[in-house]
Order: sequence, then C-alpha cells, then structure tokens
Amino acid sequence: MSNQEQPVKRKPTLNKGTLKTAKRLLRYVTSGYKVQFIIVVICILISSIASISVSLSLKFLLDDFIIPLMGQESPDFGELYMALGVLACIFAFGVVASFLYNRLMVVIGQGVLKKVRDEMFEHMQTLPIRYFDQNTNGSIMSLYTNDTDTLRQMINQSIPQVLMSSLTIVVTFIVMLVLSPILTLLAVLMIFVMTIVSRFIAGNSGKYFIRQQLDLANVTGFVEERMTGQRVVKVFNHEKKSEEEFDKLNENLFVSASRAHTFASMMGPIIGNLGNLQFVLVAIFGGLLSVWGIGNITLGVMASYLQFTKSFTQPFMQIAQQFNSIIMALAGAERIFNMMDEEPEVDDGYVTLVNAKKDDNGNVTECKERTGLWAWRHPHQADGTVTYQELRGDVRFYDMTFGYTPDHIVLHDLTLYAKPGQKLAFVGSTGAGKTTITNLINRFYDVADGKIRYDDININKIKKADLRRSLGIVLQDTHLFTGTIMENIRYGKLDATDEEVYKAATLACADGFIQMLPKGYQTELSGDGEELSQGQRQLLAIARAAIADPPVLILDEATSSIDTRTESIVQKGMDNLMKGRTVFVIAHRLSTIRNSDAIMVLEHGRIIERGTHDELLAQKGTYYQLYTGKLELS
Amino acid sequence: MNRKLLRSVREYKRESILTPLLVVMEVFMEVLIPLLMANIIDIGIMNGDMGYIVKTGLLLILLAMVALVFGAKAGNLGAIASAGYAKNLRHDIFYKIQDFSFGNIDHFSTSGLVTRLTTDITNVQMAYMFTIRLLVRAPIMIVLSLIMTLTINVKVAVMMLITIPILGGTLIFIAKKAHPHFIKVFDEYDILNNTVQENVNAARVVKAYVRADHENEKFGKISTIVYNLFTKAEKIVAWNNPVMMFTMYVVVLVMVYIGGEDIVFGRMQTGELTSVIVYAIQILMSLMMVSFVFVMIMIAEASSDRIKEVLDEVPEMEDSADALTEVPSGDIDFENVSFSYAGEGGNLSLKDVDLHIKSGQIVGIIGGTGSAKSTLVQLIPRLYDVTKGTVKVGGHDVRDYSLKALRDQVSVVLQKNVLFTGTISDNIRWGDESASDEEVQRVCKLAQADGFIQEFPGKYDTMIVEGGNNVSGGQKQRLCIARALLKKPKILILDDSTSAVDTRTDALIRQAFREEIPDTTKIIIAQRISSVEDADVIIVMDGGEINGIGTSQELLKTNEIYREVYESQVKGGAGNE
Repeated sequence: MSNQEQPVKRKPTLNKGTLKTAKRLLRYVTSGYKVQFIIVVICILISSIASISVSLSLKFLLDDFIIPLMGQESPDFGELYMALGVLACIFAFGVVASFLYNRLMVVIGQGVLKKVRDEMFEHMQTLPIRYFDQNTNGSIMSLYTNDTDTLRQMINQSIPQVLMSSLTIVVTFIVMLVLSPILTLLAVLMIFVMTIVSRFIAGNSGKYFIRQQLDLANVTGFVEERMTGQRVVKVFNHEKKSEEEFDKLNENLFVSASRAHTFASMMGPIIGNLGNLQFVLVAIFGGLLSVWGIGNITLGVMASYLQFTKSFTQPFMQIAQQFNSIIMALAGAERIFNMMDEEPEVDDGYVTLVNAKKDDNGNVTECKERTGLWAWRHPHQADGTVTYQELRGDVRFYDMTFGYTPDHIVLHDLTLYAKPGQKLAFVGSTGAGKTTITNLINRFYDVADGKIRYDDININKIKKADLRRSLGIVLQDTHLFTGTIMENIRYGKLDATDEEVYKAATLACADGFIQMLPKGYQTELSGDGEELSQGQRQLLAIARAAIADPPVLILDEATSSIDTRTESIVQKGMDNLMKGRTVFVIAHRLSTIRNSDAIMVLEHGRIIERGTHDELLAQKGTYYQLYTGKLELS
Repeated sequence: MNRKLLRSVREYKRESILTPLLVVMEVFMEVLIPLLMANIIDIGIMNGDMGYIVKTGLLLILLAMVALVFGAKAGNLGAIASAGYAKNLRHDIFYKIQDFSFGNIDHFSTSGLVTRLTTDITNVQMAYMFTIRLLVRAPIMIVLSLIMTLTINVKVAVMMLITIPILGGTLIFIAKKAHPHFIKVFDEYDILNNTVQENVNAARVVKAYVRADHENEKFGKISTIVYNLFTKAEKIVAWNNPVMMFTMYVVVLVMVYIGGEDIVFGRMQTGELTSVIVYAIQILMSLMMVSFVFVMIMIAEASSDRIKEVLDEVPEMEDSADALTEVPSGDIDFENVSFSYAGEGGNLSLKDVDLHIKSGQIVGIIGGTGSAKSTLVQLIPRLYDVTKGTVKVGGHDVRDYSLKALRDQVSVVLQKNVLFTGTISDNIRWGDESASDEEVQRVCKLAQADGFIQEFPGKYDTMIVEGGNNVSGGQKQRLCIARALLKKPKILILDDSTSAVDTRTDALIRQAFREEIPDTTKIIIAQRISSVEDADVIIVMDGGEINGIGTSQELLKTNEIYREVYESQVKGGAGNE
C-alpha cells in the first residue's frame, strides 16, 4: 500500500516546546504591533464588560429602578430612563470597542502572517541544498499552506475568542462572587466538572483529528501518484484495481473524519446542558437559601445570578471549541519555526567577481560596465590592499574525498584539472559521483579548505553568489518558472534585451519550436512547463544558460531528451559559445563528448580512466566497452 | 448547494434527514428550557415555593437530558452524513476519472485533479455539515423564540419581528460584499503557493543563477497582494461583530424600556423580562449563524463548481453494446488517417497517413522531436480517436472493440512511464494480476530485467518508491517493458522505451522478442539507429507525415533524413575508432 512509510506527524501535546512556540508567536504580534495589540486587549476588555453588563444591569434595573415603582399610583420613570441612558453609553463604548478590535485584529493577524510568510520564504532561500534533500517537497509546501492556514485561523479567531472568553469568565466570576459567595461555590464545582468533561472530549476529538490528517495525507499521496500515472492506469486497464485501492483509503478517511467531527460537535450540547444542570442546581440551592433567609438573597439577586449562571457556561464552551485549533496551530507554528531555525548556508567568502578591463600595460582593473572580461577582486586582510586577477576558468581538484553523509563516501581522492578553454567530460553509471563533482564546484555542498581551487583561489574564499555567477549550469532535471518563455530565458540574465533572448534561443535551437507556438516567445508556461516536451524544456534550459554567458559552463545530462539530430546542432552552437571557456559535460550519449579534451570514466567515486576519446579507445578499457555497447550505463 | 453534487449523498440520505430532525427536537427543548427557567424565578422563587422549584427543576433537568441526547446524536449523525457525503463525492470523482480517455485527462492538470479530490471536497464537506446542522436550526430557533416572545409580550415580539430582517439583511449584505474579495484572495493564494512550489522544486536553479533576491522580490510582491486583498476582505467581515453587538444592545435597551413599564404596571413579570431577553439573544445568535453558513456555502460554491467540471466531463470513449471482445490478429492498418489533438478543424498532428503492418512484424519508427511518432502509435490502442480515416487492428476498426479487449491485446510502453509504490512484482503484475511467480520471472528475463532484480537484496520483493526513483533509468525502462509483456499482447509498442538501456542489452531485448514472441507485432520508436536498424520495416516520420518507409538498406539509398541520422550515429562513431 502506498505511503506506509509516511512519517507520522508528531502528536501535538502541550509541553515546554509548545509554550515556547506560543511565546515566540506572540512576539511576532507584540514586536510589530505593540500599540495595536494593547488597544485590542483594552477594546476586548471594554467589549466584554459591555456584554456582561447586559445581565448585570438587569439586577440593578430591576432592584433599584423597576421594582420600587411597582404599585405606585403615578410612577416616575425618569430615573429608569436615566439609568438606561447610562447603560446606552456603556453599550456604545462596547460597540465602538468591538468595531476597533475586530478591525485591528485583521491588520495584526494578516500582518503577522505576511511577516511569517516573507521571513519563511527569505530564510528558505538561504538554506543549503542539503535541506531540500532531507525534506520532501510536500512537507516544505505544507509549511506554507496547511501550517500557515492553521496559524491564520488561530490568530484571527482563537486569540480574540479566548481573550474575550477568559475576560468574560473572570468578570462574571467576580460579579457572581460579589452577588453571592455561597452560590459561587456551586459555580466553582461546575467549572471543575466542565473542565474535566471538555478535556475528555477535546482529547478524543484531537486524537481523531490527527488521525484524519494522516488519512487525508494517505489519500492525497495515493491520488497524487495515480493521477500522475493515470495514462499508465488506462493503458493497463487497471481502473478497477485503482478504484478498489482508493475505496479502502477513502473508507479510512471517512471513519476518522466522522469520529473527529462527532466529538467536536458533541462539545456544544454537552457543555450547554451541563450549564442547564447548573442553572437548576443554583435555582434550588438559591431558593432554599432565600427561603431559609441565609446569605441575604433577594429576588433581584436571584434573577440576575441565574442569568449569570446561564452566561457563565457560554465562554467555557467557546474556549473548549478553540482548543483543537490552537493545538493544531501551535503544532504548525512549531514546524514553521523549526524551518526558520535551520542553519543557513555558510559563506565566509570575500573574493568577489567584478567587471574588468585591461589598461595599456595589460594590468587588470575594475570597471562598472559589462566588458565581457571578468576579474576576481581579492582584498588582502593583512595589508588592506586589493589585487585583481583575471578570470580564466581554471578548475582543479586536489585529493578530494567527499560524502553527503560521513559514513557514505561518494568521491575518493579525486584529483583533476581543467585548464581554461578545455572541455572535460565525465562518464559513469548512476551513483558514480558525476553530479556530485558539479555540486562541489558551485558549492552546493562544501568541502575542506584548499581541495578545490578556481583560478588558483581556494573556492571557499570566493563569495558563493560570485562563484555561482561565474558558472553556468544546465541541470539534469529541467525546472522552468511560471511566466512567458521570454521571461524564462531571461532568467539567466535579468537585464537582457529581447534581441539577446532571441540570440540565445537560436543558439540553443529553441527558436524553431518557439516560433511554432501560437504566441511565440510570449507563450505562458505553467506548472514547470508541462505543456512542452522534455526535449523542448531542455532546449529552453540551455538557452537560459547561454544568455548568462558564463565563463565556465557545466552541462549535466543537458541534452538527454533531445533527438540526436537536434542535439548535434545544439552541440555546435554550444561549442561556438564556449570557445575559449571551460566546460564540464556529463552525458549519457557518448557521441556528445567525443570531442572533449579529456574524458574521465568514474566508477564508485574514483576516476578509473582518463584521456582523450582516441586514447581511451586505444586503451580498450571500460570506455571502449561502453562506446562499443558492450557495457551498459545505468 | 449544487443539485447535481447532492446526488452523491446516496446511502447517507437517512443521516442527512435525521440530523435536521433531531436538531429541530433539540431546538424545541432549548426554547422550552428558558420558559421553565422563567417559571422557576417568577413562580418558585417569588413565592418561595420550594416544592415548585424542585419539581420544575427536575423537569428542566429531564428536558436538558433529552436535549443533550438529541444534540449529541445530531452531531454524530451530522458528522457521519457529511463525512459520508464527502466520501461518496471523492469516490464519484475518482471513478469518473477512471473513465476518462487520454483526451479527457489532457483537459485537467494533475495538480488540479488532486486539489479537487482533497481541498475542494473538504470545503464542500464543511459547508454540507453546517448546512444540515445549522441551516434548519437557525430558522426554527427564530420562529419558536418569536412565538415564545409573542406569548409573553406582543410589543417586544413586534420589535423583534422588525429587527430580524434588518439585521439579517445587513449580515447577508456584508457577506455578499466580502465574497468577491475572498474569491480574488484564493486566486492570489494559488499563485503564492505556486511560487513557493516552484522555488522548492527549482532550489538548485535559483541558487545556480544566484536569483534569491529576484525570487524574494517576486514572492514579496505576491505576498503583499495577498495581504492587501485579505485585509480588505476581512475588514468587511469585521463589521459583523459590531453590527451584531449594536443590534443586541439596542434590543436590550428597548426591551427594558418597554418591559420596565409593563412590569411596573403589572402586565409582565420580572422573570418574563429575563426570558424575552434570552429569546432575543437566541434569535440574534441564530441570524449570526445563518450569515456564517451563508459565507461557508459561498466559499464552497467555487469548490463545487470545480468538482462539477470533472463530473460533467463527458468521457470521449465508451464501449458500444455489441463491441468486439476478441482481437483476431496483430495486423495494423492506418487508412488515410489524420489526427489533431484539438479535434476537427484543429492543427493536424498527423496528415493522411496510410500504413499497413502485418502480424508478427518488427517495425521501427524514427524521426525528430515533434515529428508525431508517439501520436501515430497512440492511435493503435485507441488512446485517442482519429480525426479522419480509420485505424484497424486485426482487420477491425479499433472503435469496434471494447476498450478493455483492445488494450489488453495492444500493450504500450509509454515514453513518460511511471512505476508505482509497491514491490517489483506488484508493479510487474499490473500486466496480469493472476500471473504466477514463474511468469513474472519469465517476462523479466525477456526484458533483460531478471539479472539486476536478482542482485537486489529483496529480489522481486524490493520496494519501488514513489516515482520509481530508486532504480536507474535503464532499469526502470526494462521493468516497464516486462510489465507490458506480461499481458501477452498481440501488439507491443515501445515508445522510446530503451533510450537509457545500453546498446548490447537493447539488442538482447530485441533478440528475445524475435525468438520468444514471434507472433506479436512489435513497434519500436527510438532515437538510436541501432535500435531499429534490424527491424523488418522502418518508418521515418517528419512533421506528421511518413517521409520514408522500408528496410535500413533501402532507406539508406532513398531517404535523406534516415541517411543523415545514420551517418551521424553509426559512421561517425566508426570513423573515430
């Protein structure tokens, strides 16, 4: 069955970590919106006082203004109207306060969300490639969707609701205590019962909500896989079988969803009717007290006290209902903060890449405009001087050993050199370490000092951004962005003119098919360029690299899906482009690397053969066997 | 909600009807309870009649218990009804998609279908649950509370009668006003998520081109738009609470004003004033609920529209009643076939193709990117229907066969192939579920896959991860070929399915085909000349037309494209040797 290995999401419980998360979340609110938040709290206070005064005022109005008038010949309602006027003022404050905090909460809530989102995205950009290796795309995505959504729910609804309800409980409790300390003993008892009951229900519904999330993830995973492979399903008449498997997962989801919602929706009736029970108890108890004349309980006291009893359960119910979403949101916030706490890519480099020109004496100097000539700007900390060194594209590896994890070494004692203008090719099976080499040149992963030198500079001293700017890379998996074809090619050089785009596309043999599209260069791509064939996407990726016009080019299986005729044309174009520049090529089809200056055959992270095409064929070794088709590259 | 979608409620109709009925009972209790409460205050406490208080109190507790049972059961049934409805909807969409032809599938994106099966259904489920639980509750609550109020005090009841439409109208006005903003927000939200998705997928590209700032700026722009739209929409909704508060306060003030006089003149009792205020608050709360459900339904509307798109899609291919179930032979005939993905009048991908292949032949197809090689072979198992002309298999029009029979006999290894989560033998058995272990091994040997499978520690029980990324490209292709062979088809089509396999293994596969399944027609699309060189017939495709047809020897003499490809691959390689 699919997705069995899917990691079970941690069960959210209240612990120290959650408390820390809550505090950190609160800091987002207080740091950016301190004043607003204080106003919100005050407004909520005013608003809850106003709403409590509905029942509170009844006591006073009845006791002091209405009942005394009873039986009078010509009652004077003046005082009652005065009291109502005062009440109206309180209410007016309440309405204004309610309006203010509701509006401010929108700004605060959305503002915090924006800040969280922006910080999350910006932080993600600084993370090393390793992070993306270790986390599935789905789990990173759900930080931005599910987890942020629960956060929105919490900030917008739960926080004001809980604040409001808590304040209401406190104020009501105080009033009840003042009205009748004895009767309030009953209330305390009820609070105790209600807390136990609601914790029991919330615990159960929480359990099933988590199971529901898990079952939903299983359905999503299954559906995602089957929808991607739907054409295969059709070809194999596998519809029935798919349906059966789907039904099973669907049934599981149904069971957990119906249970979760059952518990959640039982909360209301149960707490509500506990409230009713409390009402009766208070009435009987209070009645007895007033009959016995204990505790000075008047008619007005009883009337309003009972009213309070009724409104006392309301906020409890509201807090209990927010419990689930708060727990879920905090779990989500914790995942978000974990990502934000990931260590960013380390970059201690200080050598930068600058535009340069040569003066009459042949010395390299820095200049603002793009000259096509590049130089490394090398500040020396010792004496504060700056030297410039022309970028040539000389890359050397010295005895390099590397593993993605310490216990699994991928490259062993690798030594190689690429002189400026050379074309170096790597051949070998999947897992032999070809792509790893390119990953190290552009410092997607870091190696020990001095193991790789670029123009004789230790690459760890070169600023990552500048290093990468000097390298053009066409990766094995082509990724395009939503936007027009024009924009996608321009990604390689953001300020490129239209003409430059056309030129790059022509060079990559992409111009032909682009022109055939109804909207040409303005064709909108979406979903990673789904509407194009794999080969066409690779051509666009090559055009994107070509327009960047980099001193060093790395092609990692860049032409694997392009037919051989087109490939040979692209190859010619690329060779022209790369004349005098260093190129690293990884290719499956040996025809593409035949004219390389040096070919390295890699096996299990070691170079087992190196030389030119002719030399390697003469050796009659692995390369010869590969070339003649006696061996398979897997 | 959408009537067509509601058909999916099916076996949960009972729960769907019972839920509102139970809710109605619960509401009756909830309306009676404040009445009893008033009596306890007015009669019991006023007269100090403990007997009455206890008696009425017990009755109240009884009613509360009944209300509790009804309420809890309603919650339970409502949850079952809505979760069940969601289950059925999901079922219906999934089954519907299984009926889709390739053409239908092309109309939807994968992510679009996944969203429909997950988020959209969840939205509809929530809306449905609130509808059956609250939409009945609110009006009944309003009516009953109003009646109760009427029995106590006519003036107050009239005032409530005036208030209800004003507040209700205002709340609905607010919801309607906010709705278009929310729709816009969700659209922008999709764009935002899409940007994140792309950045996660293409993290290497962004880093390689040092475009973090560019991406941050792009993201910042969208996130600001989302912020602005969301704030705007929610600010409108933020009116709800103060409007509600305002109405409630006005009602309370007026009630005390009217009620105060009535009490003083003995027309009303104090407890009754408390009750009418409770009823008034219940009425206002119910209105709030209606507006809440209203918003839910509006949000679900967009989702149900999207779901309907799938359910309304008409499957392009359906078997006729007298469809043929036997494919007599592996003969293939294309008679003046033209094809366009857009249907009649669209850009023709295939133009007037006439082609005849005999049972058991090996046919190679070669041609550049976009020459319609794949399009040509996709017509044989009727993945798409021809726009003009006829495609015949075994002497009959492919449209005369049942799809199942045809596709069982015409086995295609697609270019964009997929393995599924599960063991290797699970994956191979897609071709034939009931195949024995020996048969599975036999086809794997044919496809030259047995060798590497035996090297895995788990052998045939080795797990394939999602997307089949734990086997190499060449291994994946051979597994896909084995899977197709297990069907024992009359026609086998390999659409560029050995591109990652080395030439020697490729040759072994073809040799095995020739020796082990001589009667099966084999069609091989390839980029590599060596893969098709020894075919009985080679077809050279160019721009949707057959450019040349013949054996390798013949084509070398007559066909320029073939010669060019041949020379670039074979002669070039040999020359360097």
